[in-house]
Amino acid sequence: MPVYSEKVMEYFMNPRNVGEIKDADGIGEVGNPVCGDMMTFYIKVKGNRLEDVKFQTFGCGAAIAVSSMVSEMAIGKTLEEALTITPSMVAQELEGLPKNKFHCSNLGAQALRKAIRDYANKKGIKIKGLEEKGEEDEEGEES
Amino acid sequence: MRKVYLDNVATTPILLEAVEVMLPYLREVYGNPQSLHSWGDEAREAIDIAREQVAALIAGNPEEIVFTSSGSEANNLAIKGLAQAQAGKGKHIIVSAVEHFSVLHAARTLEKAGFELTIVPVDKYGLTDPDEVAKNIRKDTILVSIMHANGEVGTIQPVAEIGMKIKETGVLFHTDAIASTGNIGVDVKGLGVDALSLAGNQFYGPKGSGALWVRKGLRLIPLMDGGVQEGGRRPGTENVPAIVGLGKAAELAQRDMPSRMEKLSHLRDKLIDGILTTIDHALLTGHPSQRLPHHASFCIEFIEGEAMLMLLNSQGIAVSSGSACTSQALKASHVLIAMGISHEIAQGSLLFGLGVDNNEGDIDYVIEKLPPIVSKLRQMSPLYARFMKEHRG
Ligand code: FES
Repeated sequence: MPVYSEKVMEYFMNPRNVGEIKDADGIGEVGNPVCGDMMTFYIKVKGNRLEDVKFQTFGCGAAIAVSSMVSEMAIGKTLEEALTITPSMVAQELEGLPKNKFHCSNLGAQALRKAIRDYANKKGIKIKGLEEKGEEDEEGEES
Repeated sequence: MRKVYLDNVATTPILLEAVEVMLPYLREVYGNPQSLHSWGDEAREAIDIAREQVAALIAGNPEEIVFTSSGSEANNLAIKGLAQAQAGKGKHIIVSAVEHFSVLHAARTLEKAGFELTIVPVDKYGLTDPDEVAKNIRKDTILVSIMHANGEVGTIQPVAEIGMKIKETGVLFHTDAIASTGNIGVDVKGLGVDALSLAGNQFYGPKGSGALWVRKGLRLIPLMDGGVQEGGRRPGTENVPAIVGLGKAAELAQRDMPSRMEKLSHLRDKLIDGILTTIDHALLTGHPSQRLPHHASFCIEFIEGEAMLMLLNSQGIAVSSGSACTSQALKASHVLIAMGISHEIAQGSLLFGLGVDNNEGDIDYVIEKLPPIVSKLRQMSPLYARFMKEHRG
């Protein structure tokens, strides 16, 4: 078993914000290109803020802890702020991840970004931080 | 909290009897078995006894046993040592798709050095078809290596049938019997093999102990250069305590095999029944009946193995998994993939290796703890959510 930090263990054992938002304003689903796992993020937007974020994850302990952490970090943030969440920020909040688990931390930020993009597309709005990165960057980025 | 060790496929614990016979050789009896004095004699005699004990377990001759540091070394020695010794006759090798990496990668190494490799497929149970092996034998084939039992899915291969089919060709036949030796009857003559690997920590002996049985008269190129130990086939000062412990474990395995097999297969069946009846969308991997008595392996759909392992561990239960996320290389088990199991389902791999220390209570405990863990993870799984939606209406 990989050596996980206490924080990872805590977020894995007691994950926050698990589930689906039935009337979500945006949904982002990503597959892990490395090991084939999946993560889905659901967002609820009020004003310009993420009122609620929920996730579903098919993956390892780190992937579950990551999604849990990302959801917690994102809730209450404005859409622009949420887009600044990077995989390394997530890893840092989790007090580090084993090297071969870094790729799991990419998933969370990607899935959240994708959910925000989905929201923007539906609304036909532009959000700062979204247009700078192409779709390919989001899919392919690896640590 | 209850502690339940069910990872005997990774390693068994060592039996107290084996530890006790080893102890003097860790301290008092420290001579080098090659030395020509009483210190050396004592150590050498101990090794000779162990050689007899190990040979007896597999119905071979003591002088045909080469002690090694592990099962992996025994496999490497067999594949590389035999192939290189036969290279004058040809350069074609056949192995199965579900071999352990110590066979598969050893064969790949030879391939890079100019040998040719054929990997024969397996069916959905992990079985190799003897005809498929025979069909692939060519004029220049020098070595066939098919494992006796698979540690990941428990399937026992028709090694004796393969041995019979290829006997006339004169091609050397090695079997990796690391998962099986000491756990089920292994008889080198009955199997019709020329070489066989085994490891002590698969049957309650010490780690760092293994052996290769090689039929008398067969040439073997050693992996290392050095002294005359093990008939010049494995140089290096002998690990006397490990060898002594391996010998004792072999003796005990032979003595207790019927009772161990009866006890373990009963517990295994109870575990398999319990899991398949309490968890839906769980499938037994490997052959349903032609499997190791202490082995139960599954794929639990929609969830991933490492997460299951961690939650089981938090309940004091130790098992292992062949999921991509649990492997260093982040690749799904090649065994499951070779059996035609999809990457997605292979992610839910869970494998139980039962041992002589387990009892009914342990199995009840697992059957009580696993289902809520599975549903907890399924509640988080997008695959499960999608499946439920598709099947609701
Ligand atoms: S999701 Fe597969 S290693 Fe993390």
